[in-house]
Amino acid sequence: MTVDKLILILLALPLIGALVNGTIGKKLSNALVGGMATAVMIGSFCCALLIFNQTNDTKIIHLFTLLKLDGFFINASLQLDALSIWMTLIVTGVGTLIHVFSIGYMSHDKGFYKFFTYLNLFIFSMLLLILGSNYFVLFFGWEGVGICSYLLIGFHYSDAEKGIANSVAARKAFIMNRIGDAGLLIGLFLMLAQFNTLEFTGIADKVALNPDLVNTSIIGITICLFIAATGKSAQIPLFTWLPDAMAGPTPVSALIHAATMVTAGIYLVVRSNFLFELAPLTKDIILGIGFATSLVAAFIAMRQNDIKKVLAYSTVSQLGLMFVALGMGAYTAAIFHVTTHAFFKALLFLGSGSVIHAMSDEQDIRLMGGLAKKLPTTHLTFLIGTLAIAGIPLLSGFYSKDEILGHALAQSPLLYGTLMISVALTGAYMFRLYFLVFQGKFRGGAHLAAHVHESKAVMTVPLIILAICSVFGGLLNLPGIFLKNGTQWLHHFLNSHTAGLAKVEMHHADKNTTLLLMTVASVLSFGLLIWAYLTYVKKNKTALPDEEIKGWQLLSNAKLYIDETYNFLFVKPIEFLSKAFYNVVEIKVLNRGVFGITDVFGKFGSLIRYWQTGLLSSYLFWMVIGLIGLISYYIIKI
Amino acid sequence: MSIELLTIIIGGLTIGSALMVVISKHPIRSVLFLVVTFFFISSLYILMNAQFLAIVNIIVYAGAIMVLFLFVLMLLNLNKESEPKTPKLALFSSVLASGVLLLVLIAAFKDSIHLTNVNLPAEKNMGLVKNLGRLLFEKYIVPFEVSSILFIAAMVGAILLAKREKPIID
Amino acid sequence: MNTLAPTLGTSIDFYVILASILFVIGAFGVLIRRNMIVLLMCIELMLNAVNLLLVAFSTYYGKGDAQIFVFFIIVVAAAEAAIGLSILIMAYRNNKATDAGLFKNLNG
Repeated sequence: MTVDKLILILLALPLIGALVNGTIGKKLSNALVGGMATAVMIGSFCCALLIFNQTNDTKIIHLFTLLKLDGFFINASLQLDALSIWMTLIVTGVGTLIHVFSIGYMSHDKGFYKFFTYLNLFIFSMLLLILGSNYFVLFFGWEGVGICSYLLIGFHYSDAEKGIANSVAARKAFIMNRIGDAGLLIGLFLMLAQFNTLEFTGIADKVALNPDLVNTSIIGITICLFIAATGKSAQIPLFTWLPDAMAGPTPVSALIHAATMVTAGIYLVVRSNFLFELAPLTKDIILGIGFATSLVAAFIAMRQNDIKKVLAYSTVSQLGLMFVALGMGAYTAAIFHVTTHAFFKALLFLGSGSVIHAMSDEQDIRLMGGLAKKLPTTHLTFLIGTLAIAGIPLLSGFYSKDEILGHALAQSPLLYGTLMISVALTGAYMFRLYFLVFQGKFRGGAHLAAHVHESKAVMTVPLIILAICSVFGGLLNLPGIFLKNGTQWLHHFLNSHTAGLAKVEMHHADKNTTLLLMTVASVLSFGLLIWAYLTYVKKNKTALPDEEIKGWQLLSNAKLYIDETYNFLFVKPIEFLSKAFYNVVEIKVLNRGVFGITDVFGKFGSLIRYWQTGLLSSYLFWMVIGLIGLISYYIIKI
Repeated sequence: MSIELLTIIIGGLTIGSALMVVISKHPIRSVLFLVVTFFFISSLYILMNAQFLAIVNIIVYAGAIMVLFLFVLMLLNLNKESEPKTPKLALFSSVLASGVLLLVLIAAFKDSIHLTNVNLPAEKNMGLVKNLGRLLFEKYIVPFEVSSILFIAAMVGAILLAKREKPIID
Repeated sequence: MNTLAPTLGTSIDFYVILASILFVIGAFGVLIRRNMIVLLMCIELMLNAVNLLLVAFSTYYGKGDAQIFVFFIIVVAAAEAAIGLSILIMAYRNNKATDAGLFKNLNG
């Protein structure tokens, strides 16, 4: 089958799944709903694999024209090049595994069909975002994933005790995303003004014709695009929605907030690489913000006591690392880290979902411990995920992180040093999490202990598959020292077929530096593992209850009071303004105005009512007066 | 005395008796004064040679309608003198309104008659029964027949309206 | 006797003014009197004023159409008097009095 038809099937399948499940899913059985949703995902994944086999160069598939004016047009068209196919593979592959997991995880939920409708709708929007050939279709998908994120975070909005908190978290995520969307729209307008087209290839060609084009417009465009990426990928200052988004069900956290939606920002920057190459100022800003985010989030994660919040802050920190890579111009390294991060972060989230399921929906790690024996598969896969994220050698995370660190060292040793602090913190909090949850003695009491059980196969098989990917994912982009040929496959694959990437000059480190970096990283990660083992298992140190936390641990646990600061700076003034407007403008001005007019009519009517006396004599009197008036009118007229 | 003087005198008497109709306190006296007014108006008709109408006026109006009024007055025993006093405001405003109406009417008619040119040979005997009858049955036959339907409707309506409700026998 | 006053004895203005005065007297009576019977009678007075004017104009122009019109006015006035009096009787039965000021149920 040709690529054109395959891509249409790929896009249409999740949409059909969403429509069918949304309209008649309520009447179908759980197995049928889940089976249908997963089947469309597998179908999309197979289509993606087939397209991947056939991809030779950039192909644009035109669907229909949205807007056609003089010299300017917007098409609904899809672009198939290496970057979009790669991201499609990640989205559909990880998405399929999460769908399978959700069948088991959400089996007791009354809104089963709704959940799968939203999931399929989300996949469709994400695919639109990735496969679009111009910024307009990307914006369409961007908004779509924002909506689906809102719907899925607030999925349990009618829950008795946490319903309001869930909807508040969903609203917060949506509003922060909107701030980013505003940046994206302004960037789109600026791009239209500068280039008169929104197509990726069109803009790339125009930039290639004029390599020295630098003016404030380009800087404005790139900064606006970066603001959009900040909102979607949770960087400073728009990152506080991601930990709150953990209020949604765990598969949602795994899919949206670990593997796919939050990487949309990274995708946007990589897609616009030719623009960012023209604006070194923006790249520096990206570098700085990514680096600050990475550090801040890692610091906060050190003392969080909710298993999902630790993973959320870990996601923010890893995204910061990816933005650091983007800021240095290492686009393929960022995509490589996106891939490996999708594997092990989805694995970690799904594993935490399995743990929460076993703990009867308890998420506080101070009540867990010693779960290794009771949940063997979960324990093994979670351990693999932890080792991967901490950068233990030969696992996937090690390679991707090392590549970014290599680029950092080439840029400046100071940057490398401070990035190593972030990497160290990553290892520290992840090992803390692992040891507190799975080792030691169970601290949750006998009642919870009785319910702890391993999850069903439908939940553990995706864990196993993701664990295998986490282990062997590094093979995608091995550095040059291992084999003579065939290394850096992902790097070459992306560079060959994606617009603009081939022109980015990359620094390939020499053999000795690479070996040195790998040694340092390995030593650091093993050292952290031993330290964590000694602290949390041998010395039996556990996380403190809320009242006893002091000092820097209090700062970390309280999320550096950033939420409170935002509340004070932004939320409270807006609430005050809206109350003021309501009290003054709405009640006094508008109500008086509008109701005043109706009151005038009413009073006028009640005045006229006095005329209707019902007395015969007054009616006759007025008849005479009318007659007089009529006759005198005609006299005067004539 | 000339015809002119006669008409003016009878006109004055008509106005006088009409005023007495309105002003009388007894309803019976009002009825009787109205009959007198009708007689005066009929005499004016005769002076204008409208013989048929003069007779019809007497027979129908003064003879039938006024007798009907008298019957109702007598039967319902409405001959009371007492009538609620009209408030002064109503009185004043009625006088004013009527006066203004008179002024307006006269002002309307004042010059109108001299605007038309009358050069027709005035037929003198138009009011005779023979001529009027020919006009009625040749030109205005349809309204004549329709008025019979009007009378039937009025008769049926009057009977229905004044009928007493039969008490329901349990 | 066909030659009795073949034309108007006076000018037409006299009859116009006479009819207007009679009409206004009738209107005044309608406004002022509160006994229903007298009210109806004043209406008849107004009708007669109009009749007078019509006959005067008929004699002035020499055409008989206005007199036919007067004929029909009398017809209608008779029918109206009959109906009006029967309504009056019904109202009297309900209210035991015929004061025009008692019928104010249709006020607003």
